[in-house]
Amino acid sequence: MRLINRVPGRTGWSLLVILPFAILLFAYLTSSVQRLELNTNDKLLPSFTQMSSAVERLAFTPDKRSGEYLFWQDTAASLKRLGIGLGIAAVAGLCLGIAAGTLPLFSAPLSPLLTVLSMVPPLAILPILFIVFGLGELSKVMLIVIGVTPVLARDLEQRAREIPPELLIKAQTLGANTWTLILRVVLPQLLPRLLIALRLVLGSAWLFLIAAEAIASTDGLGYRIFLVRRYLAMDVILPYVAWITLLAWSMDFGLRKLTRLAFPWYAGAKA
Amino acid sequence: MSRITSLQTVEQPAKPFIQVNNVWQEYGDQVVLERLNLTVNEGDFCTLIGASGCGKSTFLRLLLGQERPSRGEILLDNAPIAGEPDASRGVVFQRYSVFPHLTVLDNVALGLELPKSPWLGRLLGGGKREAREQAEVILHKVGLGHSLGKYPAQLSGGMQQRLAIAQALITQPRILLLDEPFGALDPGTRKDMHELLLTLWQETRLTVFMVTHDLCEGFTLGTRILVFDKTRLDPQAPGAYGARVTYDIPLNTDRRAARAAIDELPASLGQLHIAHQGA
Repeated sequence: MRLINRVPGRTGWSLLVILPFAILLFAYLTSSVQRLELNTNDKLLPSFTQMSSAVERLAFTPDKRSGEYLFWQDTAASLKRLGIGLGIAAVAGLCLGIAAGTLPLFSAPLSPLLTVLSMVPPLAILPILFIVFGLGELSKVMLIVIGVTPVLARDLEQRAREIPPELLIKAQTLGANTWTLILRVVLPQLLPRLLIALRLVLGSAWLFLIAAEAIASTDGLGYRIFLVRRYLAMDVILPYVAWITLLAWSMDFGLRKLTRLAFPWYAGAKA
Repeated sequence: MSRITSLQTVEQPAKPFIQVNNVWQEYGDQVVLERLNLTVNEGDFCTLIGASGCGKSTFLRLLLGQERPSRGEILLDNAPIAGEPDASRGVVFQRYSVFPHLTVLDNVALGLELPKSPWLGRLLGGGKREAREQAEVILHKVGLGHSLGKYPAQLSGGMQQRLAIAQALITQPRILLLDEPFGALDPGTRKDMHELLLTLWQETRLTVFMVTHDLCEGFTLGTRILVFDKTRLDPQAPGAYGARVTYDIPLNTDRRAARAAIDELPASLGQLHIAHQGA
């Protein structure tokens, strides 16, 4: 049978899903054990006991100096920045995308501008943000907003253009003006696309967040990772990375579920 | 003999509803329509046929206001027709006629909500209930009474076109424009749709323009068939000359007369009533 026609069964599928993760885990564990056998003070590949004691220290014992639980404090600070940044970017991207994608008079000045702006590497203007907005929360949020908004806006502009012109004409024959046409036809059709676009930019949003935290911050997941890097504390870095991955994955999962729940028509309309 | 003359007299009184005066449509060098002159009476069912790319759909877009003619003018009740789509002209396309994000019921209720609510685009409370009740009535009429809560993607092609027709009629337009509405349907469904369309046409005072590729459909449905074709052709420059209406044939005169008679009916009944009161 040709490879293209071979489909695994249900259990086979689950096994194949687990397989690469299991291989990675096994490879890590064996190398870790080997290195620790040679040198019990090795810091590069800590064992799971070392990592769990680091997590125990950061997440479940109050910090000696501040009395805070650092792990949760970092998580809250990072999620707050990410949430505010993504929220502002989503609203701005939606407005810009709809304006550029539906109204030709707005498309002319906006589209080329958005294209150019999305080519500016956000990390390159991070110093400018620090100079303009200071080293506080604002500059970190702004980095996410500036990095993500043009991408969202361009994607939504494209999606708005893909709405069949027949539907826009139909709405006009039903008595819609420009505003109600956007409100009742364009916006509801773009909302599920917005959630999908958000899932796609989630990765870059985390990148911008961690970069900003690494350079100028006093808390946050990115700050902690770059702080303990000085002590080669892989037993902290690895759990933090895993935690960030888990957070990002659950956001992605949540957005996917939300798309399906809030817009039940969407899956069918695509077909 | 007397029957025929009576039929002809019934046909006469209709006043010109739509006048097309010397309309040209050109895109750059390409002439699509040239010197189009036409008078259409209220209540006519015009079917537009012709080869692909001969300007039937262009003419429909002109009537719809989606495009403006390069030269000439189209008059509706002696006034120039609005240059953008509005609620006086309903339309059904072959595809993408219904909103995928709204249920069947809301697709139709939308036509009642939009004109009344210029800011929100939706009605609330009692207004919404009323709009939905009205929408339900027309949906029952087109045979969608049992799928009010479904989304268009869950409907078959024929059902979707029924929905599109109901949606177009809810605003009570004076003109209904159909751009190959049944082109993608199987023959059985198409026949049902013909019956539905004729029933609705007979019940309302609609003027219908329907573009079709199906000659048989054109002849059975219309009270007037307009054939679009190019009368001149330059083989060196195929776009140099546009299409015109080459045949304009009245059809199904019995149906037209019957409908005209029905139109007369309420008026004469009303007079009778007044006469009685007077006596």
